[in-house]
Amino acid sequence: MADISFRVNGDDRKVSVAPETPLLWVLRDTLQLTGTKFGCGAGLCGACTVHVDGAALRSCSTPVSQIAGKSVTTIEGLSANGLSALQQAWIAEQVPQCGYCQTGQIMAAAALLRKNARPSDDQITQAMSGNLCRCGTYDRIRRAIYRAAGGAQ
Amino acid sequence: MTLSRRDFLVVGGVGGAGLVIGFYVNHRLGSRRSGVAAPNIYVRIAPDGKITIVVARSEMGQGVRTSLPMILAEELEADWSQITIEQAGASTLYGDQTTGGSASVRTTWDPMRKAGAAAREMLISAAALEWGVGRETCRAANSTVVHTPTNRQLSYGELANKAATLPVPTDPPLKQRKDYKIVGKSLPRLDIPSKVNATAEYGIDVRVPGMKYALVARCPVIGGKLVSFADKESKTVAGVSFAGKISDSAVAVVADSVWGAMEGRRVLNVQWDEGPNKDLNTAAIMDSLHKAASGKAVTLYSVGDVGKVVGRTIEATYQLPFMAHAPMEPGNCTAHFRGTDCELWAPTQVPQDVRDSVAQAVGLKPEQVKVNVTLMGGGFGRRLEHDYGVEAALVSKAASVPVKVIWTREDDMRNSTYRPASFHQLRATLDGAGWPISLSHRVVAPSINAQKGTPNEGGVDPDLKDEAGLVYSFPNALLEYIAPETPVPLGWMRSVYALQVGFASESFIDELATAAKKDPLEYRLHLLAKDEDIKYFDTTWNTGRMRAVLQLAAEKAGWGKPQAGHHQGIACFACFNTYAAEVVEISMEKNQPKVHRVVAAVDCGQVINPNNLEQQIKGGVIYALTNALRGQITIEKGRVVQGNFDDYAPIRMNEAPTIEAYFVPSTEAPTGAGEPPVPPLAPALCNAIYAATKKRTRALPIMT
Repeated sequence: MADISFRVNGDDRKVSVAPETPLLWVLRDTLQLTGTKFGCGAGLCGACTVHVDGAALRSCSTPVSQIAGKSVTTIEGLSANGLSALQQAWIAEQVPQCGYCQTGQIMAAAALLRKNARPSDDQITQAMSGNLCRCGTYDRIRRAIYRAAGGAQ
Repeated sequence: MTLSRRDFLVVGGVGGAGLVIGFYVNHRLGSRRSGVAAPNIYVRIAPDGKITIVVARSEMGQGVRTSLPMILAEELEADWSQITIEQAGASTLYGDQTTGGSASVRTTWDPMRKAGAAAREMLISAAALEWGVGRETCRAANSTVVHTPTNRQLSYGELANKAATLPVPTDPPLKQRKDYKIVGKSLPRLDIPSKVNATAEYGIDVRVPGMKYALVARCPVIGGKLVSFADKESKTVAGVSFAGKISDSAVAVVADSVWGAMEGRRVLNVQWDEGPNKDLNTAAIMDSLHKAASGKAVTLYSVGDVGKVVGRTIEATYQLPFMAHAPMEPGNCTAHFRGTDCELWAPTQVPQDVRDSVAQAVGLKPEQVKVNVTLMGGGFGRRLEHDYGVEAALVSKAASVPVKVIWTREDDMRNSTYRPASFHQLRATLDGAGWPISLSHRVVAPSINAQKGTPNEGGVDPDLKDEAGLVYSFPNALLEYIAPETPVPLGWMRSVYALQVGFASESFIDELATAAKKDPLEYRLHLLAKDEDIKYFDTTWNTGRMRAVLQLAAEKAGWGKPQAGHHQGIACFACFNTYAAEVVEISMEKNQPKVHRVVAAVDCGQVINPNNLEQQIKGGVIYALTNALRGQITIEKGRVVQGNFDDYAPIRMNEAPTIEAYFVPSTEAPTGAGEPPVPPLAPALCNAIYAATKKRTRALPIMT
């Protein structure tokens, strides 16, 4: 066990866990931030996507020890009221079906828009193809990203 | 359905709680459970005006938490903004709560409408009494009763307690469809905000006081058993508190964190008896299906006499592999066994079956088991199984703690129940003009229901009654079924046998069109030209409805006019009382198909929520595309080979085609849409590959 400190959604947090514990489980079990989802445990599906120092990262495959001193943003911290422009776009486009992958999709899209405020079709495809959706919501995800970016397709 | 007075159960005015109405209805879902009479729907109207509609089906992404309340709210003349929903857990009150077979809308359409209408009529009566006027001078709108001559108004909340004291109308009038304000509208789904701001609670998110986490080591070989285990190393992992046998083939490791349980299981030393299937492999299974094809078959459908037809004969065989559902939320369930009772928080499509199976497994009576139904991160049929719940209850009992059992992705992929592999022999006789005068199709596929211990009546897996019918009328036709046994665990996966039967039959129709040197669309339309009903078990298929769907898809897709360098394929199929057709447009790149565009059309009767229907159609197409291109579970040395999303690789955004979804406007009673968009995709895609390459794809998956 080790004490590891990092910021989560703007708050300083210290956890006492096995240092190799994936960040995902520290977020979900220790910090009770369950919006970040477990899908594959191998960095293959993107359901566990969070931001670390502003960049998208697969929390299922990242030991928490590597996060020490860094700043993590989860879906719960993406906006103060859960209604960032991106999240509003997600509602307006009625994206989710089962919804399980959607928080990871939104975090991946948010990281994209931070780097690239007006992504092209190809750039969206490239940024979002690491995130699986078994319900097949890809076209609405694309539309929601366009909407949030303030542009029509 | 006619409701008599005794069909109703009304609990009204208890402590001024407003109007509570429910009623008994006789209703039956496919084959999963025989008809039972029990109260089915509840609507509660509180004095503060809040309207609560209980949803007794499970939400797994298909939108039942919106579509079912819409049906009731329409008849109730409710203000949609006042509606909240409540998820029913396993209960004896709601009839069969199984969520499957694309049946939720189809089977609750009448009960939901009548529940809403009865409540509305009672509220109108209450207002008429209040005002001392004839009820015929009152009308309901927007959660309010209005006295038309004077324009006086009373809200439903104000009327609820009085309404609850009134008799229930035995046959409340239902609204005319032209007056619908809710049904048929693309109302936003009620569950979406919570799924976007992360407040939605899935099974895997459940937390109960004192809860620990568990992973289970299961025998990697199908049918193998536990010999012994040593937990010395597991117990050295921080937080591991328990390791113990929970069944003949499983050992649980319990810890105070998921990671601890994962690590504890990783170092658990288990000896397995690999049992009779240790040399089982896919090649041998497929060989056994081929051999079984020459055995005795049962007849699913027969017309005319295919044996007496003379002409040009065309034959082909097709085969499909085992497939896994792979919903995004891996298996999990939380259970608390407390000695004389057990509570579960279960992402399940079958709360009542889970209750009963858990009761049996832990030695309780069903009424001592409480099943709370959580949101599900996908189901696709995987959560029709009871294993998640039973395991969790066994672990809680063995470890004497409330526990959440989590399955890793590999656990889920390798210990699933699988869509049955199948083999198909088709044969047709063509007349001089190339039209089929006979068609026979022999389906060889292990029986899901027989394997699960539900006897096949007359040798017919009951699921084939919803999923294997003919959509064309032939003068001579024979549809037969052979069910060889397999040790591979079988389950119901989205569209069930319709996927296999649809692939084989719609690929074959294309082969016949080619043999006849006719356009595949024209060939199908010719076979559907005459309006006819085809009776297949309890379903009556109509060729006219199939034709209209096929024409709609073809017209919207611009059939016959693909982009330069592209090729089109078409297919149509009907299952679960719904008709579907798809046109797939591809190009070939490095000998592999690239799917550019899919145009899908369905006829599912009255559409409840077009937005929701579009989601189901597009989602069904993407799901089917994975099945067609790469969805394959193989067995080597008795073990499932695939483990995660690298070797069982669903379609991602970079491979997702443009999809267009259309429906035929209809006033027929609504049917389901979760599954019917799935079967036409694979044959339409393979028919497009033929158009591009002149080579037939007679086995799935396409990419090997």
